[in-house]
Amino acid sequence: MASDNKRVKGDVLLEIKGLKIDGQSDDQWKPIIKGIDLTLKRGEVLGLIGESGAGKSTLGLAGMGYARPGCRITSGSINFDGMDLVAASEEQRRALWGSRIAYVAQSAAASFNPAHHIIDQTIETAISHNIMTREKAEADARDLYKRLQLPNPDTIGLRFPHQVSGGQLQRAMTAMAMSCRPDLIIFDEPTTALDVTTQVEVLAAMRDIVEQFNTAAIYITHDLAVVAQMAHRIMVLRYGNLVEEAPTREMLKQPTQDYTKSLWAVRKLQKPETTSDDIILSVDAVDATYGGGASKVLDNVSVKIPRGSTVAVVGESGSGKSTLARAITGLLPPSKGTISFNGKALPAALLNRDRDTLRRIQMIYQSADTALNPRQTVRDIIGRPLEFYLGLKGAANDRRVVQLLENIELDESYIDRYPSEMSGGQKQRISIARALAAEPDVIICDEVTSALDQIVQEEILQLLMKLQKETNITYLFITHDIATVRAISDEIVVMHRGKVVQQGLKSKVLNPPYPAYTELLLSSVPQMDPDWLTGLLAKRTKKN
Amino acid sequence: MHPVLKTVLQRLGLGVLTLFAVSIIIFSSLQMLPGGYAQNILGHGATPETVKNFNHELGLDRPAVVRYVEWIGNAVRGDFGNSYSGTTGTIKRSVSGIIAPRLYNTFFLAAMAAIVAVPLSLLLGVLAALYRNSWYDRIVNSVTLTTIAMPEFFIAYILMFFFAVKYRWFYSLSTVSETTTFWEHVSRATLPALTMTLVIIAHMMRMTRASIINLLASPYIEMAQLKGVSKSQVILRHALPNAWAPIATVIAFNLAYLVVGVVVVEVVYVYPGIGQMMVDAVSSRDMPVVQACALIFAATYILLNLLADIVSITTNPRLLHPK
Amino acid sequence: MSTDTSSPLRNIKARRTTIQNIARNLKTAPISAWFGMIVILIYAIFAIFAPWLAPHSENEIIGKAYEHGSSIALLGTDQIGRDLYSRLIYGARNTIGIAVLTTLVSFLVGGSLGVLAALKRGWLDQGVSRVVDAFLAIPVLIFALMMLAVVGKSIVNLIIILALLDATRVFRLSRAVALNAVVMDYVESAKLRGEGMGWIVFKEIVPNILPPLITEFGLRFCFVFLTIAALSFLGVGVQPPTADWGSMVAENKTLITFGNPAPLYPAAAIALLTVAVNFVVDWFLHKTSGLRDGK
Repeated sequence: MASDNKRVKGDVLLEIKGLKIDGQSDDQWKPIIKGIDLTLKRGEVLGLIGESGAGKSTLGLAGMGYARPGCRITSGSINFDGMDLVAASEEQRRALWGSRIAYVAQSAAASFNPAHHIIDQTIETAISHNIMTREKAEADARDLYKRLQLPNPDTIGLRFPHQVSGGQLQRAMTAMAMSCRPDLIIFDEPTTALDVTTQVEVLAAMRDIVEQFNTAAIYITHDLAVVAQMAHRIMVLRYGNLVEEAPTREMLKQPTQDYTKSLWAVRKLQKPETTSDDIILSVDAVDATYGGGASKVLDNVSVKIPRGSTVAVVGESGSGKSTLARAITGLLPPSKGTISFNGKALPAALLNRDRDTLRRIQMIYQSADTALNPRQTVRDIIGRPLEFYLGLKGAANDRRVVQLLENIELDESYIDRYPSEMSGGQKQRISIARALAAEPDVIICDEVTSALDQIVQEEILQLLMKLQKETNITYLFITHDIATVRAISDEIVVMHRGKVVQQGLKSKVLNPPYPAYTELLLSSVPQMDPDWLTGLLAKRTKKN
Repeated sequence: MHPVLKTVLQRLGLGVLTLFAVSIIIFSSLQMLPGGYAQNILGHGATPETVKNFNHELGLDRPAVVRYVEWIGNAVRGDFGNSYSGTTGTIKRSVSGIIAPRLYNTFFLAAMAAIVAVPLSLLLGVLAALYRNSWYDRIVNSVTLTTIAMPEFFIAYILMFFFAVKYRWFYSLSTVSETTTFWEHVSRATLPALTMTLVIIAHMMRMTRASIINLLASPYIEMAQLKGVSKSQVILRHALPNAWAPIATVIAFNLAYLVVGVVVVEVVYVYPGIGQMMVDAVSSRDMPVVQACALIFAATYILLNLLADIVSITTNPRLLHPK
Repeated sequence: MSTDTSSPLRNIKARRTTIQNIARNLKTAPISAWFGMIVILIYAIFAIFAPWLAPHSENEIIGKAYEHGSSIALLGTDQIGRDLYSRLIYGARNTIGIAVLTTLVSFLVGGSLGVLAALKRGWLDQGVSRVVDAFLAIPVLIFALMMLAVVGKSIVNLIIILALLDATRVFRLSRAVALNAVVMDYVESAKLRGEGMGWIVFKEIVPNILPPLITEFGLRFCFVFLTIAALSFLGVGVQPPTADWGSMVAENKTLITFGNPAPLYPAAAIALLTVAVNFVVDWFLHKTSGLRDGK
């Protein structure tokens, strides 16, 4: 362990200069990091943010002097506390890893070895680097578990990774990183895989422990609100370049670059709330189970969807929100209850519905990669529903496809493309056009923006709103993202463990008084305010 | 019940069930012939009288279910009935009497090949995985790919041509009898064992390499590296405990392959094993012997896969330490 | 790792035609794949034009038994005085033809059942899968030997038996790849649209499972080809007087002990073809899996 007198706050700990990293794709080396400088002081937390392809994980790992297989450092220097990690031998780097620089990965479940006890993995580095005796290391690990507020800190280490929850495992990994009191910890999207209500506890635990031990950290994430809680300073990356760098509060207050501003702007989309008494789709007391099992995935669910409005169904994983969509489309016939459309009861099973009913309810999926057949061109994908439902053939079909492409703001040159020849956002537009082609009354959107980068999300949401204005279409919008709900919904349905907790107008659901679960859910969503987490924790402890 | 025990018992049950199904398939194969087995053997000129006599003599005129129960009941006790090839003469030879010494010879040969091939190919396969894309790995890759694609008898005759005919280091024909001493047996079986070793090593190395590479791509292996764990410890502590299942599968698959490969190799070297015996019985259509051999081969195959699965089950931490 | 490079992809280059794509892929093919393709091409030429390329006919006796190579008989004569070289060429036609036919039947039966089982699930899938499991527990060579003992040796029997046995293996694979395709959202989307079975199978699933199945065809062909060769070598496969490589090895095997490599020629002919196919398949796998070892 580094002795405490060496840890003077304000000294430069890590200095990266002119770093370039190439990555291999399709047997060619392409630049991932295109010349970046980075300076990190002792005890400082630096946030790296950017969208997919920005190179933030690669840069974070380079802070350890590590390049993943298929990546190589081509030029630049990485200086950690006086040692050049690029020039250092593998042995020298390994001596630092775990003891002075530690890593916390995104998926704790995959990053813990399934064959060993949690505590043995926690203290492995401390023992193998001869930093502590086994007894001392184990006692220390139990202390760290307690500080990280893990339940049963004295015994949880004796469990195996698959025996504890994802949020607990993520905290155990933080304890593992902290076991040698490193100077630097790299957090690589550590809460991305967690539900929001779990995320709060993990964020708080990680922030506290880093503060307690005055550890420097690089915190990698795509979520601005999260990084605002964790970091003292933020670097914005895009396509392997640095866009902007500033202290957290400064950057939140006045970003200087257009790209950074556009990242902030996402949260500003706001749809004026409308309502109607004309119910187009109504779900009444529906139960559903998978495989005839005893546990209900949907438990007495009732939802009313007014014509021409956007109803958002929000909930965490396992809440039953996607199952609701499957029940409405007939893929999973309810075991109890009815679903009516335009006042008439829908046949429960898909096979018993006529073609016109099928046409009127369309669906858009989360991932356009799996929703679009990779072996069909845009012409086939959009043209098929036109032919199938409306009988359009040949030139008439083509003309309509081009019109639809214009509706989704793509030009006719896209008509002969395969999905693999388009970007994520363009593919999602094609999915929307395919649904529109059927001229439906209702479109079910299942997490349609979750797989997309923030700026693209914004564009897709705006497109959906524009189309609603033009055609008075009704959306059932399934999502776990409260920010999206805030932006686009008229009404909100909150679901938890297969039950509807609350349904009402947006203005009502998003404002007090809240049912207990809605309050927990809403309060757990990170805000851009850097004091949000501190404030929330204070409020919660006061209550208890 | 503990999940490991439960899963093992389930797997054992499945194994017994498979064996049962296989025995039915083997038994009923004889019934599938249009016109019946007797007609087919005796030819179209046979009078109904001779067919009837033939069937009666072999007991084929009784209901199939009765004959199956009798057959499988006896087979479990090691009795496979009498060989047809003796029926026209006066001496009836029991199938198990003919099989027993040959079964010993076959297992002798398979064991010789396995003792060399299994450890060697595991070692070479792991090395290829650890140093992948090195020149060693590339050479190994092309050589094994070539070896796998060759028929066993090609390798066998090449070895025979050079080592037995040109240089006379080994016997070209592996005649052994009950009076052959152990070391004499070993020396006579060297070339067939070598042939099978070459074939198996190629297969096993490739499979070992693939499964180790797959294992090393796990995030927890990267995590171990980033924790500063030494290279040897990454392999021993982090990879090995999770490698038993794939390794057991590779070994079982290849031992099972050995069981089949033995047929051709035995014929090439005229080695008196069960494989050669089965081929002879097929040519003379001596069904009790053919069925007995098929059942023995299938049972070995099923047993090996069963063992591999049990190893996988009993080393799976998720089953060993349930929630 | 986030190496998604799709974002700045606004202006894509003009469409490539299929032929251009093939040409482009061929350019990047490694030497081993080229070697494989050329060998396969040569075999195909010999198989198709055997009567024109062989100096003698399939069963013509041109001299004494076991003559050494000469200007009349390039590789010598076999046990009854037929030209080994000519029989080798006719063997290409017979041996490869039988193996290709068997593999085709096997894919037709196993492939369609596999896709159907994956799509329909339920009792059909359960039923066929359990039967196939039982058949998979018996090694193909052993099962084929047994069935040939029952039904008698003939080329038709050989093809039917091997095709059906191999179909169980094809069923397993095609069911697995089809299952992967069936759970895709685009299949669900087609179901929600109200599409019929035919459309879903032939427009949505089959185009997506074709690449792995073509690769598998190469591997299954090798397996069938080697099994037929082994059975013929054992004397229960292709029967005389048909020229067949496996049988030719068996017919001339005694020559080996006299230091005459004649039986090695047909054996080498078999080995070379399977090696060639394997090299091509290996390249295909490398291209389609997207998983490169180096990563």
